[in-house]
Amino acid sequence: MKTLVNRLLGPVTILSLALTVWLGLWVTPPDRVQGNWARLVYVHPAVAWVALYLSFGTAAIASALYLWPRTRAAVMDRVAHCAMEVSVVFIALTLITGSLWGRPTWGVWWVWDARLTSTAVLGVLALGYLALRRATDDTGQRARRGAVYVLLAAINVPIVHFSVLWWKTLHQNATVFTANRTLTIHGIMAWTLLLSFVSFSLAFAWLLRARYRLEVAREGATDRVVERALDERRREGAF
Amino acid sequence: MIRTALLVAGKDLRIEARSRVLLWQVVPFGVMALLLSGLALGPSHAGNSDAAPGLFYLVVVLVTLLMINRSVSIERRPGTWASVATLGLDPAGVFLGKALALAVELWLTAVVLLVGAVLFLHTTLHGTVVAIPSVVETLAALAAAGTLYGGLSAGGAASTLLPLVALPAFAPLLIAGERSFVAALHGGALWEWWVIVTVALAAYVAVGILLYGVLEES
Repeated sequence: MKTLVNRLLGPVTILSLALTVWLGLWVTPPDRVQGNWARLVYVHPAVAWVALYLSFGTAAIASALYLWPRTRAAVMDRVAHCAMEVSVVFIALTLITGSLWGRPTWGVWWVWDARLTSTAVLGVLALGYLALRRATDDTGQRARRGAVYVLLAAINVPIVHFSVLWWKTLHQNATVFTANRTLTIHGIMAWTLLLSFVSFSLAFAWLLRARYRLEVAREGATDRVVERALDERRREGAF
Repeated sequence: MIRTALLVAGKDLRIEARSRVLLWQVVPFGVMALLLSGLALGPSHAGNSDAAPGLFYLVVVLVTLLMINRSVSIERRPGTWASVATLGLDPAGVFLGKALALAVELWLTAVVLLVGAVLFLHTTLHGTVVAIPSVVETLAALAAAGTLYGGLSAGGAASTLLPLVALPAFAPLLIAGERSFVAALHGGALWEWWVIVTVALAAYVAVGILLYGVLEES
């Protein structure tokens, strides 16, 4: 079953993304006000969902499990690390697609809006995590510090989420579901939007799995290099 | 835990009182930074009190970074770290103590900077006094967050990472603090910002109490 999921994850992700592209670009109609620019709704919210909630959530849960003595294991640290790397990519995509959408609708590429700024801050926090991990060679120390850092950085996720309500700046509030849980998007547009969330979530899972396997291979290669160097030293000592 | 906190806070504050680093290095740096901020705005804008809260918190964050580095370096000197570790102090108490000492130092510096804001940046005396409770709370939250980030980036190559890892985390606190200062000066929703800072303070203190021990293992 596990092997089947592993084998199917990549093809299913590609198919799902291709279907999203087809529906988003050719099947769904353009918006009455924004025209074709509104098609970014099939990319931007889904990418932001992965960046903020899925990847940060995964990293935070893995970090919490690492810090809990009963569940402390290298696998948790690896998952958190890989999820944060994927998060950096998706936060960058969120900012880029948001900027592309902002230019025609707001007239600017960037504005000091609360949602934009807090998302950018979250991106810098994610980069800070990667920098912090590179600053020490002690694997235990690196994992512990990284786990605490992720939990601290995760405090900013609700700030990003509620920023549109607290600061009331340019970025709109939730528009798919209104405050009284009424859906404001219908028909094929709603289904395409839903599919985009599924597709990008699958893409996250695929990237996370690939990065995890790469990390395991890297650690294995490092161990082999160290062992080979130790063997050479031992042989030098023997002669 | 409280006893340990008071012990650690007393130790840090005594070191500061004896070394006079706060008085002769940090506070003058803060005043200088405030003056330079005013100069950067230019004579026509420096007297405009709209910019004063932002400049005040900009200087506060620079001062905070200096103080965090100082607070961490006191603990990490060769021998000191080993001695503290062998005492077996409650890590939560150590965190609270260091955060409390840092908060007291920040409050003292803020008194001077607020006087500077009134004198150089022309904030109203009444508005500045109204802003004091929010400033006190924001600085306490900065101290709690700063102590955690200081622990995270302590030692070796990580020590230069403090601004990178801490500044993004400080940003929401600084925005909330600045907004509440503006609300105190010009009227507005002071309470909303205060609630945000209170929640952040509670979150950082809770995370610090729970996780500072993990950082001490490092």
